[in-house]
Amino acid sequence: MGKGILIEGVGKRYGTGDTAVDALKSVNMHVAPGEVVGLIGPSGSGKTTLLKCLGAVIEPTAGRMVLGDQVIYDKGWRIPDLRALRRDRIGFVFQAPYLIPFLDVTDNVALLPMLAGVPNAEARKRANELLKALDIEHRARAMPSQLSGGEQQRVAIARGLVNRPPVILADEPTAPLDSERALTVIRILNDMARRFETAVIVVTHDEKIIPTFKRIYHIRDGVTHEEAGEGRAFQ
Amino acid sequence: MISLAGRDILNAWGKFVFTGIGLGLLIGVTLTMAGVYRGMVDDGKALLDNSGADLWVVQQDTLGPYAESSSINDDLYRSILAMPGVAEAANVTYLTMQVRQGRRDVRAMVVGVVAGSPGKPGWPPYLVAGRQITRSHYEAVADIAAGFRLGERIQVRRNHYTVVGLTRRMVSSSGDPMVFIPLKDAQEAQFLKDNDAVLQQRRRTAENPSLNRPGVPGLLDAVIASQSNNPYVNAVLVRIRPGYSAEEIARPIRRWQRLTAYTRSQMEEILIGKLIATSSKQIGMFLVILAIVSAAIVAFIIYTLTMDKIREIAVLKLIGTRNRTIAAMIMQQAIALGVIGFVVGKITATFAAPLFPKYVLLMPLDTVAGFFAVLMICVLASLIAIRMALKVDPAEAIGG
Repeated sequence: MGKGILIEGVGKRYGTGDTAVDALKSVNMHVAPGEVVGLIGPSGSGKTTLLKCLGAVIEPTAGRMVLGDQVIYDKGWRIPDLRALRRDRIGFVFQAPYLIPFLDVTDNVALLPMLAGVPNAEARKRANELLKALDIEHRARAMPSQLSGGEQQRVAIARGLVNRPPVILADEPTAPLDSERALTVIRILNDMARRFETAVIVVTHDEKIIPTFKRIYHIRDGVTHEEAGEGRAFQ
Repeated sequence: MISLAGRDILNAWGKFVFTGIGLGLLIGVTLTMAGVYRGMVDDGKALLDNSGADLWVVQQDTLGPYAESSSINDDLYRSILAMPGVAEAANVTYLTMQVRQGRRDVRAMVVGVVAGSPGKPGWPPYLVAGRQITRSHYEAVADIAAGFRLGERIQVRRNHYTVVGLTRRMVSSSGDPMVFIPLKDAQEAQFLKDNDAVLQQRRRTAENPSLNRPGVPGLLDAVIASQSNNPYVNAVLVRIRPGYSAEEIARPIRRWQRLTAYTRSQMEEILIGKLIATSSKQIGMFLVILAIVSAAIVAFIIYTLTMDKIREIAVLKLIGTRNRTIAAMIMQQAIALGVIGFVVGKITATFAAPLFPKYVLLMPLDTVAGFFAVLMICVLASLIAIRMALKVDPAEAIGG
């Protein structure tokens, strides 16, 4: 699982014939384990479609995707159980945290391993370790409604990481946060990516955090272009 | 794996409890309605049990004495008593009317029984206070549900009676409490006219030349006397000797006495199958409507609760939660709501039943059946919400 995520020529076409629309034409990306890259582009450029393809929520119509050592898509899904793929091998962090409102912080994080069949005690132990790493263990018994926006987003990151997935897809994770909290979230994602050897793709419009990426993928009209980022150090 | 439904309920327990209480009141009404029906059936059976009869002999081709009026001569019991296999036979009258006590009146079934022969068919089998009727006139034994007390004076037609005994669960098939009075008084009460009507009838009789013949002294007095007494009763209740079957005795009565005789099972069929059939259908309709309303309420509540969680359900699906886990969560919530509602409903029905003017019988078997019906309704009601939840696209969590 040392290869992160590799995307080659991925395309997505909606409809057929004259009404066909190519939301993604040719997407090529490679994110190494421990690396955090930015995916930026204007509205309608295909960011969300790409995220849905990477998240195994919709099926691409062309290309190839390799997650770790395993080909997951090559002109068709190569994984029979996409639900298990999403649960065990892909972490999601959303624009809003979308925590389960009736579970406390620990169980929000522990739910994923529990769904995978890990015993409750073991799942909670894993969750607490992550909460400690994210410096939020003191709110472990709190309900989501009792947390600030930044705390909720940290819990969401912990949930994305708890099954040790090789890739995390973060969809505008800093949109609702102020500059300070936004940079904190990106710092945490970088720390966690290095610590757990996880490839992180951050879809963003947020001008505050774009300078923090060492590599950026621009997507325009369904085609990606790679460029070097500033990689500005965190204070 | 943690219980998602349980956590959701605990997190919003107030909403669930108050919704459950609302549903519970509806279930309470449903259980009470079932209890009202059971009470009607039990009243009918109590009427037959308490009469102490094995056979009911009534006017030919009538369904008397409870479902139709029946009138037979009061000396017919003698010939029935003489039949082999008959242990006891007693005249009895039934008349449902308003019985007055002071300024209030109570709807009651006035039963005429032969005075001084307690233990015969038709008599109240036991008393809870006082004594049985020993005098031929103006004494009464009343069911405790009528609200009369020992020593009170009650009025039946123009006559006053002293309550000398109280009994319990002696009711008519429609649940009216019984008031026992001596047979002679009851016969009079059934046909008694007011004073003006009596005077008018005597005058008309006296003016009839065929009934008031100058050459036949005493004829007018005899005609008037026959007009002012009532030699009829509604039924003869028969108790059979051991070793004889009711049908065995009923057959010769039907054939030779030209009367109709009903056995216990036939009388039960008349009371429950005919007399309360319409009421039971009415209650059955209510039960069906209440069940549909309950199902609609549970479905609406569960649907609303699920709608409130659409985004969370999308997230759960995106992060790999199985459909059956989500379906189980919704169904468990519906069942929990049903259980809360049933407990509240059962408590409500139990405390409300004694407050009803007529007998409400809550049977354990009905409670068990009701519980499973509520669970079934809740499961069915949750299917709409489950269907909607399963159609949620996990992509909704990503947005775009």
